[in-house]
Amino acid sequence: MSLLELRNIYKIYGELHALDDVSLKVEKGEWVSIMGPSGSGKSTMMNIIGCMDKPSKGEVLLDGVDISKESSRNLTTIRRDKIGLIFQQFHLVNYLTAVENVMLAQYYHSIPDEKEALEALDRVGLADRAKHLPSQLSGGEQQRVCVARALINYPEIILADEPTGNLDEANEEIVVDLFHKLHNEGTTLIVVTHDPEVAEVAQRTLVLRSGRLAKEIVNKNFTGKIHFDEGDAFRKEEIHE
Amino acid sequence: MKKRQMYLRMITASLMRRRSRMLVALLSIAIGATILSGLVTIYYDVPRQMGAQFRNYGANMIFTASDEEMSLDDVHQSANMIPSDDLIGMTPYRYENIRIRERPIVVAGTDMESIKLTSPYWRIQGDYPATSEQILIGANVAESFRLKVGDMLTVSYTPEGAVATDEETVLDNMIDFEITGILDTGGSEEDYVYVSLEDLETLTENKGSIDVAELSVQANSDELAGYADKINDSGLPVLAKLVKRVTASETTVLSKLQALVLLVTVVVLALTMICVATTMTAVVAERRKEIGLRKAIGASDSSIIKEFIGESMLLGGLGGIFGSVLGFIFAQQVSIHVFSSSITFQPLLIPITILVSVLVTGLSSLMPIRSATEVDPALVLKGE
Ligand SMILES: Nc1ncnc2c1ncn2[C@@H]1O[C@H](COP(=O)(O)OP(=O)(O)OP(=O)(O)O)[C@@H](O)[C@H]1O
Ligand SMILES: [Mg+2]
Repeated sequence: MSLLELRNIYKIYGELHALDDVSLKVEKGEWVSIMGPSGSGKSTMMNIIGCMDKPSKGEVLLDGVDISKESSRNLTTIRRDKIGLIFQQFHLVNYLTAVENVMLAQYYHSIPDEKEALEALDRVGLADRAKHLPSQLSGGEQQRVCVARALINYPEIILADEPTGNLDEANEEIVVDLFHKLHNEGTTLIVVTHDPEVAEVAQRTLVLRSGRLAKEIVNKNFTGKIHFDEGDAFRKEEIHE
Repeated sequence: MKKRQMYLRMITASLMRRRSRMLVALLSIAIGATILSGLVTIYYDVPRQMGAQFRNYGANMIFTASDEEMSLDDVHQSANMIPSDDLIGMTPYRYENIRIRERPIVVAGTDMESIKLTSPYWRIQGDYPATSEQILIGANVAESFRLKVGDMLTVSYTPEGAVATDEETVLDNMIDFEITGILDTGGSEEDYVYVSLEDLETLTENKGSIDVAELSVQANSDELAGYADKINDSGLPVLAKLVKRVTASETTVLSKLQALVLLVTVVVLALTMICVATTMTAVVAERRKEIGLRKAIGASDSSIIKEFIGESMLLGGLGGIFGSVLGFIFAQQVSIHVFSSSITFQPLLIPITILVSVLVTGLSSLMPIRSATEVDPALVLKGE
């Protein structure tokens, strides 16, 4: 059984078919990129997978449960337990420190644990910034806090909607490296991106066009063994081989 | 870390780290709490204050002679039957006929100091007589004789039984008084002149008797009646009567005034609630994104409500603390400027103000907070 399965999903706004008969499967531990022009329905799809929106028609199976029929209360529970979200803009609560923002996800999930939250910040290389407010962090650092927050509850799927959209190249690499780490640990990743460089490190890239799945590119060179410690040059070579 | 600890950390962080934002909300709550606690203080202090005011309205008991003559001693003995704490003042009056420039005038011998207590509404141009051979004259007297403060005035008195043997013989006793003040009451007092009892004794060469005494007593109508009965039963030649007009109206005006303060309090309470609700609506609107984010990372509606209620109650508590302090100062100022007396401090009002402030803030935040849960988390993911 696939971890996630979309069966003939439609999302219709009046006349507009934001999603038009989309079907796809994502296996556990897979790393999938989603690309497509602006307005093609990427975020709409992510919202539905992320239990924040319901399709107009079709079924969404997450761990075998059809979430398209669930009440919004249950969707909140599912989202909290199974999904880690990373947004294009670095959405942090602006009056809470980095570590408090990470603990917020623990707080809603189960019990806040400052030590664990600090470890998560350490993983994204921000151990020394734990007590900083978002306004005292750079954009890249803020996005890394978001990554730490997304992974703190060990979600089955991490959904990232243009996680590198507002980052410079150096920070983009740091975030992509974190995805590699998470992938190696067995986390399922679905990453929406406009950036081909970010997309092509995934195992699969799905291309949406006008709400329809237009293309699927499989990265034959994907080894999954790429590690950030081995350096950028090495990694890029391997992909472009 | 416990969940509750994190909860408290969050709501205090929200207030402390967003100080400038919360200051507006805090201000509106504090002002509301100030006016409320101030008005409540005044409400409870009104009877005391107004009692003092009505006391100022003059005598509420008078003594007259029963069948025999009433001496100054009788009057003092009777007055002493009223507890000294309740007796504000007692003024004896002895009336005699005198002549000024051959015209008959009524003089009252009295105690100038206690007049100030039993007839505080008397308006004097100049001063009350302070020593002997000084006189206070009614405004009508001053006008008809064209007298002014500082003039000398000769008062003559014909002793009883004195019979003029011929035109030239002067039998009258005469004293030259210095006019210290002119009395303006709008009543019959303006036709009289006032001297001290001692001067009148000198003028008449006898101790005479007291015609009437006015008393100002701080008591409710039941207690007052009790005092009067006691005096009337004492066997002294004193007839104590209550001056009904003032005591009766005292109660009705009092309750009307209290009702007015209560009405204003209710209106202010309503306005405060509207104001707090508006502020909270703005706070919630401003934080839609944050709410969406919290929901996206797994906050249930009830935990969002809990957080905002917690914040608003904390805000209410802080506002209540400020308000109860400022409210006392406010009530004190009102009391000093309106009633010219200070207010009694009610320690119980502090916890009550804080509690009411917390409840009112919590209650009036309920609506905007409910709408907070309607925020769509998808909006956040969309990156609007
Ligand atoms: N709530 C809504 N009401 C009406 N139309 C909507 C709504 N949300 C999205 N749409 C429309 O659906 C289409 C798909 O939107 P979506 O946000 O999924 O695009 P996207 O692929 O994420 O684009 P971008 O790359 O610019 O983020 C767009 O045409 C958008 O205008
Ligand atoms: Mg989008």
